[in-house]
Amino acid sequence: MKLAYWMYAGPAHIGTLRIASSFRNVHAIMHAPLGDDYFNVMRSMLERERQFTPVTTSVVDRHVLARGSQEKVVDNIVRKDSEEHPDLIVLTPTCTSSILQEDLENFVERAKLDAQCEVLLADVNHYRVNELQAGDRTLHQIVSHYLTKAAKTGTLRTTKTAQPSVNILGITTLGFHHHHDCTELKRLMSDLGIHVNLVIPEGASVDQLETLPQAWFNLVPYREIGPLTAQYLQQTYAMPYVDIAPMGVMETARCIRAIAEILHQLDPQISATCFDDFIQTQTRHVSQAAWFSRSIDCQNLTGKKAVVFGDSTHAAALTKILSREMGIHVVWAGTYCAYDAEWFTAQVSGYCDRVLITEDHGQIGDAIAQTEPAAIFGTQMERHVGKRLGIPCGVIAAPVHIQNFPLGYRPFVGYEGTNQICDLIYNSFTLGMEDHLLEIFGGHDTKTAMHKGITADSDLHWQSDAQSLLQQVPGFVRGKVKRNTEKFARDRQISTITLEVFYAAKEAVGA
Amino acid sequence: MTATTENTTLTIGCETGNYHTFCPISCVAWLYQKIEDSFFLVIGTKTCGYFLQNAMGVMIFAEPRYAMAELEEGDISAQLNDYEELKRLCEQIKRDRNPSVIVWIGTCTTEIIKMDLEGLAPKLEAEIGIPIVVARANGLDYAFTQGEDTVLASMALRCPDRQPELAQEKQERNPLQRLLHFGKTKEDIDTTESSYADHPPLTLFGSLPDPVVTNLTLELQKHGIRVSGWLPAKRFTELPTIEPGSYVCGVNPFLSRTATTLVRRRKAKLINAPFPIGPDGTRAWIEAIGAALGVVPQGLAEREQQIWDSLEDYRQLIRGKSVFFMGDNLLEVSLARFLIRCGMIVHEIGIPYMDQRYQAAELALLAKTCQEMNAPIPQIMEKPDNYNQVQRIYELQPDLVITGMAHANPLEARGINTKWSVEFTFAQIHGFSNARDILELVTRPLRRNSGLKSLGWEQLV
Repeated sequence: MKLAYWMYAGPAHIGTLRIASSFRNVHAIMHAPLGDDYFNVMRSMLERERQFTPVTTSVVDRHVLARGSQEKVVDNIVRKDSEEHPDLIVLTPTCTSSILQEDLENFVERAKLDAQCEVLLADVNHYRVNELQAGDRTLHQIVSHYLTKAAKTGTLRTTKTAQPSVNILGITTLGFHHHHDCTELKRLMSDLGIHVNLVIPEGASVDQLETLPQAWFNLVPYREIGPLTAQYLQQTYAMPYVDIAPMGVMETARCIRAIAEILHQLDPQISATCFDDFIQTQTRHVSQAAWFSRSIDCQNLTGKKAVVFGDSTHAAALTKILSREMGIHVVWAGTYCAYDAEWFTAQVSGYCDRVLITEDHGQIGDAIAQTEPAAIFGTQMERHVGKRLGIPCGVIAAPVHIQNFPLGYRPFVGYEGTNQICDLIYNSFTLGMEDHLLEIFGGHDTKTAMHKGITADSDLHWQSDAQSLLQQVPGFVRGKVKRNTEKFARDRQISTITLEVFYAAKEAVGA
Repeated sequence: MTATTENTTLTIGCETGNYHTFCPISCVAWLYQKIEDSFFLVIGTKTCGYFLQNAMGVMIFAEPRYAMAELEEGDISAQLNDYEELKRLCEQIKRDRNPSVIVWIGTCTTEIIKMDLEGLAPKLEAEIGIPIVVARANGLDYAFTQGEDTVLASMALRCPDRQPELAQEKQERNPLQRLLHFGKTKEDIDTTESSYADHPPLTLFGSLPDPVVTNLTLELQKHGIRVSGWLPAKRFTELPTIEPGSYVCGVNPFLSRTATTLVRRRKAKLINAPFPIGPDGTRAWIEAIGAALGVVPQGLAEREQQIWDSLEDYRQLIRGKSVFFMGDNLLEVSLARFLIRCGMIVHEIGIPYMDQRYQAAELALLAKTCQEMNAPIPQIMEKPDNYNQVQRIYELQPDLVITGMAHANPLEARGINTKWSVEFTFAQIHGFSNARDILELVTRPLRRNSGLKSLGWEQLV
């Protein structure tokens, strides 16, 4: 047992559901107790999704405990098949149902007999993998299932496209800025003259998966979800892949050069340096990041202390940007992807003093307090630690809140991504500086004057019990409630505000 | 099974139970705030933790007095000793927070692996010297607010059965009376004391924010009814005395286990009343309590009318409009009854669980309200099926759907107004004074939409 009240990565089934609900016309059925369908709320809330989330529950209740699921799971699969006509139903175990050790594989086989759609059982162990690992596995599972099937039926398309083309792997629902990143990657590919063959899983239909091998190569922008699929495609169909996240000026250039190298190997007529001019133009004129790092704004940041924490992809990328592109002193960089510690350490070594790998938010909080950085780059948890310690924080990775699903265009990848990241970093530091100056010069000089004007002393006597009740009213409406109550009392020539007067005023004006 | 609007008697249907609701462990979020010296330990898996973390939003960052005892593979396969593990965690909690009570919340996983929490608790309690209350608030058996019911049912067994102090001392130490007397002189207090009618002790049960507790207590005091205590109180050490034969009354519709426990185990007498939600409910609640205690309330009709008058601007907005409750928190019957009295038409009352005995008075008031308002009697649908409900919503095109967040945005995108049901659980909705807050919530989507009416983009799918 472990004492905890915050976790960075969710349970395994969340990863599976993220993959399933990213595909078009794929439905997931969770074998879970009532209340475990919280995923639907998150998707509907955070992504402001207009469609019903294609996830339902085959409810595990007392009867299931006593007698087993019997026909229930099969019936639910068949029912969903006839209601929604999905292409694929993914049966998703949860941590509760996995202890029941029911033969879900058998349910899937039986459901296949009656359902028109394909049925798969998500193959993840809830006590061994987390959300991200499960997502990676489920994507691989679905892709290999459809490719194997297409190979058998002879519909597999292995002929390469005439022009260079790419599959983008790992864009998912509830991913950190994934939608914006996807748009930016497509734009980047189009600028390079590379046709985007397929983006998976976001927005793809499972029927399209058989066209995956016709792309020249695969691009895996994120370390967490996609690599297993890319490795599988490389082993089975000899497709090369690029797994460099194009985040920051240097890494974007490295990613593009790796793509050029691959194109050169596949078609010797394409030069391995074909994109160098493009990189130069973009770096000098489209991205402002290179110029920013020369500007005196950035000079002011030189040697300032920062700490970085997040998933592997974003924490590694940000560490490199801060240290290499802006001259900021990264005291420590860390990730909660403990299963991928080796990769992360290799990526950031040389760019920070210390590497911190943990899933314990308490340890991160302590490390921030001891370091006292000028700015934090982390998840929502680090933002709150920052709030408590009075240190500004830029959010760079999941877990995130609704404000990290912005309506405006905010990619983290590609050349527009470099601009966004510069703004994020610069705004975090200057805000901290502004606060600091305010403190030195004694704050906004209008503060006290304004305060006086709003809470003019009252001639009314508040009885202490009414007063203490007023204190229980949330701070942001307390002033209004107080004014309304006093107005109510004055109108009725009441000189002492008692509990009764307080409630009567509320009833009268709806204060 | 389909709902019809031509019912003449109250019928209760039942569907598949495939609906969205919060897991009952969510009760820790409001109970840890209510019971200030408590610590809630949820014994479950990552899934439970993930739910709490996301559902409770910003509260998680406020160093809450709750935590997960996250079960690992070794716990599931019994390679680790449950007792030793729990002891280690509870000692850590004692060291860091020193609470007056630790509440263990049993989850689906502890049920399935049959962890004997009720058996382990007394042993560990004796060893570490802190009371341990066990509540099995799991998704196998319960929905959302029923979590509070399981916790309060366990706490009911911890209430003292007689006052240990002398009568004089008792008055002064009673925390609720102390709160009400705060700042008053001795003479004032004596006057208040003499204004109470002579009636058997009354304890109210159900967790409400302190301002609402004070409000309802004062409301009863006006009629000479003294509230001896509340279950739960502000602190675990202040749990009310429940003597055999004393009266108890619930303030929320989801407290049936607590009611049963008080009656069967504590030999209390249950006052079956509608719940004090809306001015009609509040009046009926006070009347029922008065009737049981032999006190005749005065001036209630005027008081109710006065509240209705003050609500007129909001009632105008909803009169004749229709509403559909998908059902997830068990407040549905009371809210529907209030909205029908406001002049709304209710198509369907979805509800996770319907205790017809505990809610008998509320159901009777619902039927009476429909009759008096000449409104069609709504279909009550226990354990609803959300998919079927959505089909019925398409068919009926109600003016408002009260539903969970999983369905709210998709329905809005299809031009159907929604109100998020969970807000009714956390907003202050009890008593005369808060009737306006209920309508504030109900009318919000309608007010918003009258603002956007002319823009022409209701359908956005």
